Amino acid sequence: MADDRPTVSAMWRNVLGLLGVDPSRWQAADPLVRRATRTAILLGIGFVLIAAFGSFSWTVFPVAAVVFALIVPPYDRLPFGRFVLPAAVLAIALAYPFYGGSLFGWPIFGPFPAMNTMVVMMVFVMMALGLNVVVGYAGLLDLGYVAFYAMGAYAVGWFASDHFAQRNLRFGATGVNPNIAGIHLSIWLILAIAGILTAIVGVLIGLPTLRLRGDYLAIVTLGFGEIMPQIARNGNDLFATGFNLTGGTQGITPVDPPGFGSWINRNVGLPDNYLSASTHTIGFLTNTVNVYYWTGLLLVLFTVFCSVRLRDSRLGRAWVAIREDEIAAAAMGVPLMRTKTWAYATGAFFGGIAGAFFASYKSAVFPDDFSFNISVFILCMVIMGGMGNVWGVILGACFLAYLDREGFANIGAWVNSHLGLNLDVPKYEFGVFGIILLVVMLFRPEGLIPSERRRAEFQVGVSDQPLYDVKD
Amino acid sequence: MATDARLPLVRTVRRPGLVPVLGTALVGLLLVWLAINLSQSPSAFFSAALIGLTLGAVYALISLGYTLVYGILELINFAHGDVFMLGGMISATFIVQIFGIKGGEGALTLWPAIFVSLFAAMAICGVLNATIERVAYRPLRNAPRLAPLITAIGMSFILQNVGLAWKGAEYVTVQTPTGETLLPTGQVFSIGGVTYTWNKLIVVLLTVPVLLALIWLVQSTRQGKAMRATAQDRDAAAMMGINVDRTISFTFLLAGALAGAAGLLYVLYFTQVRFDLGALQLGLVAFTAAVLGGIGNLPGAVLGSLVIGFIQAFNERLTWHSPGSDWTESIVFSILILILVFRPEGLLGERTPEGG
Repeated sequence: MADDRPTVSAMWRNVLGLLGVDPSRWQAADPLVRRATRTAILLGIGFVLIAAFGSFSWTVFPVAAVVFALIVPPYDRLPFGRFVLPAAVLAIALAYPFYGGSLFGWPIFGPFPAMNTMVVMMVFVMMALGLNVVVGYAGLLDLGYVAFYAMGAYAVGWFASDHFAQRNLRFGATGVNPNIAGIHLSIWLILAIAGILTAIVGVLIGLPTLRLRGDYLAIVTLGFGEIMPQIARNGNDLFATGFNLTGGTQGITPVDPPGFGSWINRNVGLPDNYLSASTHTIGFLTNTVNVYYWTGLLLVLFTVFCSVRLRDSRLGRAWVAIREDEIAAAAMGVPLMRTKTWAYATGAFFGGIAGAFFASYKSAVFPDDFSFNISVFILCMVIMGGMGNVWGVILGACFLAYLDREGFANIGAWVNSHLGLNLDVPKYEFGVFGIILLVVMLFRPEGLIPSERRRAEFQVGVSDQPLYDVKD
Repeated sequence: MATDARLPLVRTVRRPGLVPVLGTALVGLLLVWLAINLSQSPSAFFSAALIGLTLGAVYALISLGYTLVYGILELINFAHGDVFMLGGMISATFIVQIFGIKGGEGALTLWPAIFVSLFAAMAICGVLNATIERVAYRPLRNAPRLAPLITAIGMSFILQNVGLAWKGAEYVTVQTPTGETLLPTGQVFSIGGVTYTWNKLIVVLLTVPVLLALIWLVQSTRQGKAMRATAQDRDAAAMMGINVDRTISFTFLLAGALAGAAGLLYVLYFTQVRFDLGALQLGLVAFTAAVLGGIGNLPGAVLGSLVIGFIQAFNERLTWHSPGSDWTESIVFSILILILVFRPEGLLGERTPEGG
């Protein structure tokens, strides 16, 4: 909301003129009134569009009321005001499974996303936030982020399936037939293992490469991002010894479901395992996909919490300093290599957790899921949302993951039925992502919801001629 | 490239020993492996070497485009591999659809068609590449370094989808009804079980004049001098009256034309092209070749391409303990990473501050 700008934009003046309001009176009005009016007008336009092109139902009114209540009141002035909006958004997200299916339909985009799309959105939000640490905070372009995602997924494949059938180890696994051999650990434990494992891989990749300049680093990470899936594809007979590490193109399937075990199920009511509900399970936790969604949401919360706290920490400020001017940062005593490696490890950590969670949701790990395209997809989320801004990245990730899962199909159906075309819109998905990258970089390089600092960097420019020889 | 402008604020002493020793050991192992393969089956070794030469020739044309652009803008033009892919598609369109070549035509029908297709592909790809520079890179010339890199990735995906929309998701083929290449496949020579066929030789024969023309252009013409000056110092070049924008456009035109020529040779030799060919399969391999030779260095790009071509052919054709074609990309990218980490200036390049 640009309420406090001294001049009213030309377009807005036209709208005011149309409504018979004098611009000077508008300027004299209370900012709250102005914001309320403006939001109300936009919501009204939204009503008309939805009625004309979407599928209108009474649910638009409560949704509009919630949007109005979120945007208009000046929460910042309340005590603890800065927590009001995040808490409200969290409550809305938590309750989504209960009302999401019965809402109105958008024009062109169609209905609100289904629950399985929401789960995938949570996974990609996590990954985008992880990449945001690397690209947004520390300014290191990582084109092989998918390698960490793959690493996390394979951690689940190794430690929670019958893949290593010659070993027989179980610890806290749920929903596994006792006759099946293999390593079966609790998924919660594996999430932590996956995060730590990928963080270690991140450090191993980072240590030799992070002293390279930005675009060389991008290429090296791209190389790693290409080698990892090839190892995954060909890893069913490593070094011709018959050692099957990754299951080759078949992947690893099925993977154990997450769960809390029968004791917690009986006494607390949380699901024994996510795939099957028992009589002890609390009523609204019996739906598999909803439980996955809430789990994903909790993981996202954890990621957001870490992201925000890290950003404001000493380490986070060191990242920003490096991003803006490596030489100055080094001169001020920021240890370049250590700081960059931490950024890498942190980003990898979240990528690994997201990959592990996604693998347990899909109950499978396939090497074809880990192509370069996914790296660009996640990069696109970060760049579109606004590099360095947690909320922008979340929004970008949700929107693009939604487009990938449902949006493009819905748009394609709308385009084909209304314009009489026969286009396979989802086929050109990555062309659209390419256009997004191009357009954002050319016209709004700071992203849709930028962090103030990032915006200044893109507009004023930074000294990004890094040191090359500094080793920590 | 702005080497001198930078003050060596902090300079640590390079640790001697470990890295060169490791590098030498690695190269030594490679040579031992090659020698054992040579002694086991000389004919397979030399056949593979001839294939490697052909591959290297095609890679050279692509990697020169990367190196030209990098030399002048210090930008990794991710979209270059896709320009090459479109060059292949344009050539396929000309040869198959416009000229209707199906194999079995006489030399007087085949060669004019090939040459017209070559010039068409070079012209269209050159203009396309210059347009990409104008639209996607020029507005960002003073932006942070990562910005044009990101638009280059975006452009790469856009071009892929242009290819996808144009020719669909299937392979476009340029071949005889029996699936052979259109080029004559007779023997040039056959010594001790090593046969060299005309189609391999023709690829090399078509590449060499293009390379010579390029070297002449860069070394001996006024335009080439302008390119070298712009690469060295853009501001100083502008002060000397060189139109920097035009010179950069010209460089992209040249790189695109090379990619177009590479596209034609590729479809003639390998008989097929698909929309995702340029992005990673060949684009990054050719980029590796450019880095291996020393990015920004023209002879280096050719040398690096030949090395990569040989490595790929040996890896796929030799029988004694070779990893095989499943691992080609991993090997090439490992080389890329090792080179960037341990010798960023490449085989022929000078040590630049960016390296380290």
